[in-house]
Amino acid sequence: MNLNVSVRKKYGEFQLDVAFSLTENRCGIFGPSGSGKSTLMHLLAGLLEPDEGRIELAGDTLFDSARHINVPPEKRRIGVVFQHAHLFPHMNVRRNLLYGWKRTPEVERRIDPEDLARVLQIDHLLERGVNLLSGGERQRVALGRTVLACPRLILMDEPLNGLDEELKFQIIPYLKKVFSEFAVPLLFISHSLHEMRLMAEEVLVFEGGHMQQRLPAEELARRSLVTGSRGYANLLTLSGPRPHGDLWLYRWGGTDLILTESGAAGDNVFELAAKDITLFKRHPEASSARNILPCRVAGIFGAGNRIGVELACGGGHLICQIVPESVRELDIRQGADVIAVIKASAFRRLY
Amino acid sequence: MLNLSPQDMQAIWLSAQVATAATLISVPFGFVVAYFLVFVRLPGKALIEGVVNLPLVLPPVVVGYLLLLLFGQSGLMGPVFQSLGIRIIFTLKGAVIASAVVGFPLLVRSIRTGMEDIDERYLQASRTLGARWWDTLLTIILPLSGRAVLAGMTLMFARSLGEFGATIILAGNIPGVTQTIPLAIYEYTNTPGGDRMALSLCLVSIIISFVVLLANESVSRKFRQRATR
Repeated sequence: MNLNVSVRKKYGEFQLDVAFSLTENRCGIFGPSGSGKSTLMHLLAGLLEPDEGRIELAGDTLFDSARHINVPPEKRRIGVVFQHAHLFPHMNVRRNLLYGWKRTPEVERRIDPEDLARVLQIDHLLERGVNLLSGGERQRVALGRTVLACPRLILMDEPLNGLDEELKFQIIPYLKKVFSEFAVPLLFISHSLHEMRLMAEEVLVFEGGHMQQRLPAEELARRSLVTGSRGYANLLTLSGPRPHGDLWLYRWGGTDLILTESGAAGDNVFELAAKDITLFKRHPEASSARNILPCRVAGIFGAGNRIGVELACGGGHLICQIVPESVRELDIRQGADVIAVIKASAFRRLY
Repeated sequence: MLNLSPQDMQAIWLSAQVATAATLISVPFGFVVAYFLVFVRLPGKALIEGVVNLPLVLPPVVVGYLLLLLFGQSGLMGPVFQSLGIRIIFTLKGAVIASAVVGFPLLVRSIRTGMEDIDERYLQASRTLGARWWDTLLTIILPLSGRAVLAGMTLMFARSLGEFGATIILAGNIPGVTQTIPLAIYEYTNTPGGDRMALSLCLVSIIISFVVLLANESVSRKFRQRATR
């Protein structure tokens, strides 16, 4: 993706004024509601006209107020996945999926509809009316419909927002598979930090109509350890659950972790809050917590009374949140050996 | 009870012809006008809206008189039609035009309400998927406003069946040529002893209107089923 944007748009009291260029294939726009994320999406897709500025994608000028260029949305080849899918209610799944595909010139059709339906696991739904689909299925069909139009860039506007809290993240593997298999650049818009970390490499942070900063998603998450109300969450990919008494044993890199929650065969992604990890100076002989991991301190960051300690364990890196007093008492510094203790119930499965 | 003379049968047949023709001729125009009012940003939109809605608030007799001024032999358009050999006043064409003009605002209102109910994001979705405006019009707006078009057609058909004031001025009350059901009833009530005959035609009128409503309801249900399938 090669996207250059410099636009201004005034809306009553609100003013969006941003300039950036993106080269990463998977970028995120992060910010609270009312920060201008959705306005930007509409401007990029051509559904709204900026007051002034320029938009260029892959060398093509899509909008230029100085040269009076404004390419209409149907010619921009920028796909949009809307918050609530917005499947056409009078068409079945197949006709929805093929709507954009049929309107794409044959030379541009890079993606086979049947392959995509298989990847999204909607091939058994093709003849169904769209009002009989579950939330997750609707969102998958909406994604398929957009991808099949073979756009040069896909904008996703809070696509997980309308979904049940429980099932929310289950669509992520489909998204990842589609974007890696069919190599479509993505601009992912969301106010959820988890979604940003799962979907985007680089994140633009919006607030009050301005771009505040741009940084890697992981870096943004680490900053939230200090500033966010919920702190930092580790996202761990654990594989191959095996029963272990009435608990479950998962593989994490070179070590095993014991969890209360069962998962699917293959990879599972779990969330582990940084404050749910306790550090010990020496191995506690007996503990009610099931996971006792020897680690080495790889780094310390944070400010005030929230200190993040980056730990290198057998399986990978973990971030643990402690207070400055503990840092002093346990003599935590880079290279020190510590024991991390985690309860089996501290993990929450995302997908 | 239904005791219909050949002249009554003619009136019923003429009414059906006038209402059907007026409705079918108006639908494409009504759809286009509604589309412009809802989706196109135009200067002076309020003025267009006013002109379209005017026949709804004007007395039909006034509408008929204005049409007479327009289409009459010495009217604005009269000479044009005359040179083409087309006669409007005191013909069935006149009755159709009178019904079409009087019923048009009802048709536009109904279609317009249906179009306004379409979520704008369906249109945005179709545009970003590569559909041009006319493509979106045919594949999204038309099917999603189908029920409203149908409801508007029903209203207009029913209104045309009852059209009296504008028709009698523009087309007159000529049995077998322009005498529709309402005009025939009017004539019966002005004739001593015609009450029974008038009542028969009233019954016919009620039956036709009822059938139209039922037909509208069943087709509309089919649309709904299709939309929620």
